[in-house]
Amino acid sequence: MLGKLSWAAIPFNEPLPLVSTAVVALILLVALAIVTVKGWWPYLWREWLTSVDHKRIGVMYVSLGLVMLLRGFADALMMRSQQALAIGTAQGYLPPEHYNQIFSAHGTIMIFFVAMPLVIGLMNFVVPLQLGVRDVAFPVLNSVSFWLTAAGALLINVSLVIGNFARTGWMAYPPLSGIQFSPDVGVDYYLWSLQISGIGTLFTGINFVTTILKLRAPGMTYFRMPVFCWTALAANLLIVAAFPILTATFLMLLLDRYLGMHFFTNDAGGNQMMYVNLFWAWGHPEVYILILPAFGIFSEVAATYSGKALFSYRSMVLATLAICILSFMVWLHHFFTMGAGANVNAFFGIMSAIIAVPTGVKVFNWLFTMFRGRIVFTTPMLFLIGFIVTFVIGGLTGVLLAIPPVDFVLHNSAFLVAHFHNVIIGGVLFGVLAGYNHWFPKAFGFTLDDRLGKASFWCWLVGFYLAFMPLYVLGLMGMTRRLQHIADPSWRPWLLVAGAGAIVIFCGILCQVAQLYLSIRTREHRRDVTGDPWNGRTLEWATPSPPPAYNFAVLPRVETIDAFWEMKRKGEQRWVERRYQAIEMPRNSATGFVLSFFAVVTGFALIWHVWWIVILGLLAAAATILAFGWSDEREREISATEIARMERTRVAVGGAG
Amino acid sequence: MTTTTIEAASNRLAHQRDSGPAPTRIVVAYGFWIFILSDIVMFSALFAAYAVLAGNTAGGPTGAELFNLRNVFLMTMCLLVSSYTGGLGALSAEQRKPERFLLFAAATFVLGAAFLFLEIAEFVGMIHKGAAPSRSAFLSAFFTLVGMHGAHVTAGLIWLVYMMAQVVAKGLRAAVLRRLLCFSLFWHALDIVWVGVMTLVYLMGVQ
Repeated sequence: MLGKLSWAAIPFNEPLPLVSTAVVALILLVALAIVTVKGWWPYLWREWLTSVDHKRIGVMYVSLGLVMLLRGFADALMMRSQQALAIGTAQGYLPPEHYNQIFSAHGTIMIFFVAMPLVIGLMNFVVPLQLGVRDVAFPVLNSVSFWLTAAGALLINVSLVIGNFARTGWMAYPPLSGIQFSPDVGVDYYLWSLQISGIGTLFTGINFVTTILKLRAPGMTYFRMPVFCWTALAANLLIVAAFPILTATFLMLLLDRYLGMHFFTNDAGGNQMMYVNLFWAWGHPEVYILILPAFGIFSEVAATYSGKALFSYRSMVLATLAICILSFMVWLHHFFTMGAGANVNAFFGIMSAIIAVPTGVKVFNWLFTMFRGRIVFTTPMLFLIGFIVTFVIGGLTGVLLAIPPVDFVLHNSAFLVAHFHNVIIGGVLFGVLAGYNHWFPKAFGFTLDDRLGKASFWCWLVGFYLAFMPLYVLGLMGMTRRLQHIADPSWRPWLLVAGAGAIVIFCGILCQVAQLYLSIRTREHRRDVTGDPWNGRTLEWATPSPPPAYNFAVLPRVETIDAFWEMKRKGEQRWVERRYQAIEMPRNSATGFVLSFFAVVTGFALIWHVWWIVILGLLAAAATILAFGWSDEREREISATEIARMERTRVAVGGAG
Repeated sequence: MTTTTIEAASNRLAHQRDSGPAPTRIVVAYGFWIFILSDIVMFSALFAAYAVLAGNTAGGPTGAELFNLRNVFLMTMCLLVSSYTGGLGALSAEQRKPERFLLFAAATFVLGAAFLFLEIAEFVGMIHKGAAPSRSAFLSAFFTLVGMHGAHVTAGLIWLVYMMAQVVAKGLRAAVLRRLLCFSLFWHALDIVWVGVMTLVYLMGVQ
């Protein structure tokens, strides 16, 4: 009746996951109780859960990413403290069984449920505004994307208390992840949560490629698009081209596990190396799906806070597209040691080193943008400068690792761990945090506290160097990744420094929480009434903060790059009374929420082999899709008089543009 | 030189794109094209897996022993002709002739269902001969690749019936026509994938 599910699935003998789950469940229950008591459900349902507004969906994506960052960072703290404690005769406090789940969950969560939602969230919020349009191409599909991602995140958190998570590392290489060596539900949690969220991500890719290529304000040619839109286009093209490979690969592993097939097994002709190839054929483009939008954010930040146009816009665009293409030609550098042969390794080594060229072009462009600019040292600007220094170091160690003979020494060592954290924290995370500080006033109508923002930056920067520079050294000394116990006591000082670094990063996260709390408390003093708090250059700053649901009452006409800067230069009035036309906006839809509810139910039932729920869940999901496919009334009209009224109030509140 | 060319192209596009956001019909069809591209990427991963594993029969039956080209020819004809009738249906819909559309759609359905029937019969026959997907890596890859195409055909048939119901209930209005356009793209794309399957799996497999 309940498949493999029984009381034995709940780890009563392990206090750590039980207590943490109980705390999280308590917080959730209190939150739900408050919402119920205050009668906020209708508001939440109408304005958020069923919203198809790209701005709301963007905010929900970023919130999901920030919450999951706390979960992923808790895993990081546990790993750093275990490695600082379990040296020599000491065994630390995490048994191998548990430790292996933690490093697998940490990687999976940080890539799929922190970095991806943060990056996709910012794209969601910013791209339609920058393009000067009212929403994405498929607003309901956008909501489906978000809720499927949330469904995957929920499933992965359920694994904390019901059953267990994979102990295979975040790549889940077979044969270890096959049914023979991982017979319990851990790998199934991994696979199904990533399959569900992966479909959501694919839909995002389709949606944004279509939006950027087909929906732009009048006059906005490709070479007038803001650089962030270019990087978003490149990232979403990569999603469309790469995520289906991951879906197919996981499907094969699932078939091995569920139906006894032999894609990746040791016997009957299976080929494990094929998994590794397919995984990284997705995995390397994934790196650029994350970093390219971060590059875009930094381009916007560099131009805005230097008060100058971005240096060499065209080379920035071409470098972005070059990276987009090259990213598909380097996947083998993740496994030089597999033994594909010297010539193959040489090819992929050279291709990997070549990626440093367009990236270097970008670095010089940012530097020259700042050169002789009127630099304002806000939090985003500090993140940019910290990024340039840190990312260059990470890039250089990357070029080192791209040399096959060096890689044979450093493969799977702490050096590698230091390298990819160097580029992901110093690149993606710094970029996202810069974007968070930069666009927050646009989303909520008030600025974030800059003092605490700067404090969080310094903690992140110093903490990062303390936590990961020792790992470079340890890697060169021969320490491999994922060690639950360290045999060599001479590594202790380095591990203690790394542990201290993690604590400094924790202080940075606390600063951010404090920044958010304080800024909300003092929001009346930090209102952004102009809609343009940073003297911005692109069209999102032409709207009020926060923008109305329809973004632009009249679509702007674009004549140059940095369209809004040009409008300001010509002294065009932004919010003048005009002749308005009625606007068609997409109606709210519960499709996304309902569909992912059934996705969670079906995924959970699949993990625990409860087949009757699987069938019911799939039928219900199909019925939801068919019901949506039948509907015709997907738009509502906002009348011209209504828009005129709303715009007038804004002009009254905001003053002249 | 390159920059000026890009500039010229960009200016030319500027005139075409001056009108702002594209109409819904264009946006929907374009988005669906991108979806089909992603679907083909997924198939290409399965094709690659099949190509790698095709020789790994683990002492079990090989393609040459299992495949029946006469059956494959019948299946191919069913699918190709169904694409033809599907195309005629799409033309009838464009000309706002719902009865003719329904007639061709029914023919498309029958041909698609015949294809599916032949495929299932082939699968069942193979499993009875001891050539189940769990027998060898070759058979795992075969059943997954061909089965994935079959699953797409099944989804297409359900979608087709659903679209026929929409045409009956709502008539050939703009929203229904957009959905029909997407269905046509989908159905033709399945043909393209099948051509790959027929060549790589069956024709090369019997040698």
